[in-house]
Amino acid sequence: MHYHWNWSIFFSRVPSGETTYLTWLLVGLQWTVALSLVSWITALVIGTVLGVFRTTPNRWLRGFATGYVAIFRNIPLLVQLFIWYFVIPELVPQRLGDWFKQTNPLAQEFIASWLCLGLFTAARVTEQVRAGINSLGPGQKGAGLAMGLSLPQTYRYVLLPMAFRIILPPLTSEFLNTIKNSAVATTVGLVELSRQAQQLVDYTAQPYEAFIAVTALYLVLNGLVMFFMHVLERRTRVPGYMVSR
Amino acid sequence: MYEFDWSSIPGALPYLAHGAIITLEITFTAIVVGIIWGTLLAVARLSSITILARLAALYVNLFRSIPLVMVILWFFLIVPQAIQSLFGGAIQDIRLPSALVAYSLFQAAYYSEIIRAGIQSVPKGQASAAYALGMSYGQVMRLVVLPQAFRNMVPLLLTQSIILFQDTALVYVIGLGDFFGTAQRVGERDGRIVELLLFAGAVYFVICSASSYVVKRLQERAA
Repeated sequence: MHYHWNWSIFFSRVPSGETTYLTWLLVGLQWTVALSLVSWITALVIGTVLGVFRTTPNRWLRGFATGYVAIFRNIPLLVQLFIWYFVIPELVPQRLGDWFKQTNPLAQEFIASWLCLGLFTAARVTEQVRAGINSLGPGQKGAGLAMGLSLPQTYRYVLLPMAFRIILPPLTSEFLNTIKNSAVATTVGLVELSRQAQQLVDYTAQPYEAFIAVTALYLVLNGLVMFFMHVLERRTRVPGYMVSR
Repeated sequence: MYEFDWSSIPGALPYLAHGAIITLEITFTAIVVGIIWGTLLAVARLSSITILARLAALYVNLFRSIPLVMVILWFFLIVPQAIQSLFGGAIQDIRLPSALVAYSLFQAAYYSEIIRAGIQSVPKGQASAAYALGMSYGQVMRLVVLPQAFRNMVPLLLTQSIILFQDTALVYVIGLGDFFGTAQRVGERDGRIVELLLFAGAVYFVICSASSYVVKRLQERAA
């Protein structure tokens, strides 16, 4: 094989001369992390609300949440992203659409990717929250109500605190999925990690180094999230409730 | 207000059908190869040969920790060049073969986790009984454990396959004209991207909802 390995490529300057290729990678990492985090927070908030909706006695709320999950789970992520990026700006009131199209491209890419990934992941979180609440059995809810708590109070003080501690492991894998799914934003041009890998292939003659470095960065991100979630899991474990592995 | 104009879709149906064939080709290749390779990985991971188990675990964890987009790009940009520089030969249009390989190897990692759980759900006594009858390891797996395991995991394998079907749209990153890619191109060509994207989304929605419904019914019948 006549390939010349050159790991110092990351310290050489980019064509415009301002920075090094390493900075490009770090910029990509920064956008991947930023997009994953804001999408994850969005997904947690909306997913919790809809997950509660799915378990309430109110038929309309249940129907709404069920419909939401059906739509967002049955359309591919990439199609959803393109709809947010190309379609929604045409369909919203003209002033909002015009504002979106005139704002700077990076903001457009980021907002569309954020809405897409956040709402997509929310559907998955909804299902986890629902499963968590349902796993508690009717006794907990009954006990809360019998104590004189209102239904919202029962959710706030009894059901949700337990449910979240139970579903922490599946939520961890959803967070990891969010990080992986953020790579889809490359298709609308957001300069996240996987886009930077392609850029480095285009600009340098060192495709192997670029791809190995980016893959390693994804692995490190994964490892970090798993580590912190594991700590959180141990801290919040319900004593005696379940045998964790 | 935006004015919809759906007139470019009927004329584009032949192209879209051709794209849909590519989508299905990737989906079914990845299902078949993925399940076979995934079964081997699961068996390897549960084997008593430590090195084999470690290698299988490494493979599965590696593929499960990197984005599918990266895997597709690896097999499109990097692996073919490496093979070419090793064995020589000209590179032709490798988009479809590289996508088939990428999806098969990627899906195998996900299938193997489902299959591993399925194998572990078969009570130990079943394997012991088969050994007591004088069966070899291969016979125990093939005739006793795997048939029962597969029965348990059919719904999960099908759900994973629906996810795979949705994920095939990502071949967009290597410019392969699958159903979605074709819809997007037709939309750009005719300046009707809004209609074509909504149409593509609706088609995926109908297919995936119907398949999920069937899987759910299957699950209820099995339970």
